Amino acid sequence: MTAQLEGPATRALPVLRHIIRILLLGTVAAVAIWAAFPLAEGRHWTGLGILAATTAGLLYLYTTSRHIPAKYLVPGTLFLIVFQIFPVLYTASTAFTNFGDGHRGSKADAITAIQTASVTRVPGSTEYQLKIVTKGDGALAFLITDPATGQLSIGDSAGLRPAGGNPPPGYTVLNAGQASARSREITDFAVPTAAGAIRSAGLSRAYEGTAVRAYDQATDSIRDSVSGKVWKADEGAGAFVAGDGERLAQGWRVNVGLANFTRALTDDTISGDFLRTLVWNFVFATASTGGTFLVGMAFAIALQGRMRLKGLYRILLVLPYAMPSFAMLLVWRDLFNTDFGLINNVLGTNVDWFGTGLTAQFAVLLVQLWLGYPYMFLVTTGALQAIPGELTDATRVDGAGPLQAFRAVKLPLLLVALTPLLISSFAFNFNNFNAIYLTTEGGPFPADNPANGATDLLITYTYRLAFGGSGAQYGFAAAISIFIFLIVAVVSAVSFRRTRAQEEVYS
Amino acid sequence: MRIRTAGAIAASLLCLAGAAACGSKSEKPATGATASNGELVIWADDKRSAALKPFADKFGQENGVTVTIQAISKDQQTTFLTASQQGSGPDVMVGAHDWIGNLVQNGAIDPVQLSDEQKNGIQPGAIKAVTFNGQTYGVPYATENLGLIRNAELAPDAPATIEDLVATGKKLKAEKKVSEILCLQSGQNGDAYHAYPLYASAGGYLFGTTSTGEYDAKDLGVGKAGSIAAFEKLRALGEKGDGALKRSITTDNSTATFTGGKCPFLVAGPWATADVKKAGIKYDISPVPGFKGGKEATPFLGVQTFYVASKGRNKALAQEFVTNYVTTADLAVALYRAEPRPPALTAALEQVKGQDPDLAKWADAGRNAIPLPAIPAMAAVWEPFGKAEAAVIGGADARSTVEAAAKTISSSIK
Repeated sequence: MTAQLEGPATRALPVLRHIIRILLLGTVAAVAIWAAFPLAEGRHWTGLGILAATTAGLLYLYTTSRHIPAKYLVPGTLFLIVFQIFPVLYTASTAFTNFGDGHRGSKADAITAIQTASVTRVPGSTEYQLKIVTKGDGALAFLITDPATGQLSIGDSAGLRPAGGNPPPGYTVLNAGQASARSREITDFAVPTAAGAIRSAGLSRAYEGTAVRAYDQATDSIRDSVSGKVWKADEGAGAFVAGDGERLAQGWRVNVGLANFTRALTDDTISGDFLRTLVWNFVFATASTGGTFLVGMAFAIALQGRMRLKGLYRILLVLPYAMPSFAMLLVWRDLFNTDFGLINNVLGTNVDWFGTGLTAQFAVLLVQLWLGYPYMFLVTTGALQAIPGELTDATRVDGAGPLQAFRAVKLPLLLVALTPLLISSFAFNFNNFNAIYLTTEGGPFPADNPANGATDLLITYTYRLAFGGSGAQYGFAAAISIFIFLIVAVVSAVSFRRTRAQEEVYS
Repeated sequence: MRIRTAGAIAASLLCLAGAAACGSKSEKPATGATASNGELVIWADDKRSAALKPFADKFGQENGVTVTIQAISKDQQTTFLTASQQGSGPDVMVGAHDWIGNLVQNGAIDPVQLSDEQKNGIQPGAIKAVTFNGQTYGVPYATENLGLIRNAELAPDAPATIEDLVATGKKLKAEKKVSEILCLQSGQNGDAYHAYPLYASAGGYLFGTTSTGEYDAKDLGVGKAGSIAAFEKLRALGEKGDGALKRSITTDNSTATFTGGKCPFLVAGPWATADVKKAGIKYDISPVPGFKGGKEATPFLGVQTFYVASKGRNKALAQEFVTNYVTTADLAVALYRAEPRPPALTAALEQVKGQDPDLAKWADAGRNAIPLPAIPAMAAVWEPFGKAEAAVIGGADARSTVEAAAKTISSSIK
């Protein structure tokens, strides 16, 4: 069976074929081993198991002569999972959490952060010089000197006592390199004293400090020993909350269910601007796609016939496509500047382009047109060349004029070929963050509403909601991106369905 | 056959998804783990990385450890937070002091314990800026604030008030010597940082202070009577008034317009001096003037700071570097040479003051500067405040604009 499927070309070079196979499978094995060490170190046994199974599966699949279709399907599917499905699932799972600034880590992280942040120097206490020493058995100790009296003391978890020498017999002084190998121990090391504990400030100084806030496991709360205030853990919010409603800034990541989705739907400031933004978003995506298509197609048709310097014209027309759109958007932004911009200077006008809603919308659409028509020009040129010349000849024979021939024959055929591209272009422009963010930043904003501007797309608007206010709110951002995904998915699905109907008519 | 193929595909799919899920979380700590023995990792932006290199090497040699410096060219704060969370962050981070609030709420930095002597060696304003919830969260090494750079050929005397400045600018404009009165960047969406000195002079404030002198997120000054009066004054300077403030002056063209000689006055920080010098303009630096009869036009004080990362692998060494090494004058002077911003260490400032006449002028312009608020609530202020500024410069009604901004800000402060 295998012999039948292998083509003559591969049979001609069996050695080369084997070498390539060994190299590729070797790469797979190498990547697997490279990934296995950190997994083992981090004790992610499930991950390690999955890795082993995947690698074994791949090795088996490409060493056996069976499962021919799978050999073709697996690589693409694997990449699909890693780059498409996994990010989507990750976004979806984030949408149900409060992940964001102040809620990034685990509860244990938050407790550590709160306790560490509350360590303050005991007022009026001595600042010591410090040496890190170890006993014969490797146990750490602090050898500290009081700079005022020159008195040497040795301190460990049992407390502080006078040292009999520098270093005291039986102790060895660690140099910075040795000490930094035990960095974590040193940072956590505290020599208990009456007022608190002596802790290290680096490797050469020590201070007497006390942790004002401590976590109490029994009551699951944080207590401040100076003010006596207590913050109780609120697992629903992922924060320690006091009786008066005050929250400690350091929170943790928790599952919040549908809270992010309900917030997007019920918040007045969001829903109030949503419809207007949605309408403009459709106008922007439709006009960007439609405009570039019309212009691109017009150029393509114009350059289809016989003419001199056709190649040169084509190169010139494609130029905007060759420039990085990122930079071009910034250049266009400056061209539209009221006082210093080229456009007003050349036209001799004084239009505040990005200052009023309609002119700003017109300006961003113009920029989109300039950036986008070369792509449409290229694909239309290609599609036109695929339409058989006999068809055009036939229409001429039947007595149709060029315009009629175009409308009745060429355009429908073009659309059959290009509609999928138009739909994907629409979906891209629907979420074209850069086009807005690098030019108007969503503005102009009405004086009474700094949250939503005239050229804001849903994506720029939600970016501001999720990241502009009080730090990053990834959970909320993920929830909104799911809404946007649903809108784009519905629009695309409907369009594809209609395309299929069209194809049935014309093909 | 077909079922088996489908099964094989599904199984491998699951495998890879799982491997990706767990692998992406854990592969980075491992690369960092090799760094645990006597290696100190420092992250800074491109310019400072280069300046830090010789000193980091020296520190490494003196202490028998390896010091690695990594340049992070973009989005330093977010990169640092995300990397810290994953366990692949640095031991020491260099950045602006107004990150503190957000870094603390994410548990990303540790307080540092400076001795009284060390604290007294640093400018009081800089120490105040890095104090958050009563703790010192980093060691400042340089300060920066806005000042007024003027073209000394066009405007020989430093204006005492904004009114003087506008009068001089209008006269020059009437004589067709310049096209703009003042280069104070705003853009279509405003610029709260650059507008603040004028806002403060006209009686506005952003946040009140608590009894301990720290910013109080509960006392928002935007929307109060003083802020409305201040926005009225900005409006009077704007496009429908004197034309001194314009939305067409942006981050990108503000300095260029000044160096092109089209504008006699530029409100900018020490970072603009390099361009001004290059343009060969005769210039002078003075404090940003306030309104006649108004308060002082206090700019924001920004402080460049060394932080100890909470999730660093070598915290003891990081503490040693930040508290006991960054506080030495030599390093501060070297960093000053990399980028001329006034050193925060008094000793270093004294040392370089004599060589650079501008430095004393920048320090003078920032004499009464107030620390840029580092509380997390400040993140909610920037955009709405800027947009309100842009709107009134364009001629919008001050009261309703400020009230709308205040509403947006307070609704997004948690």
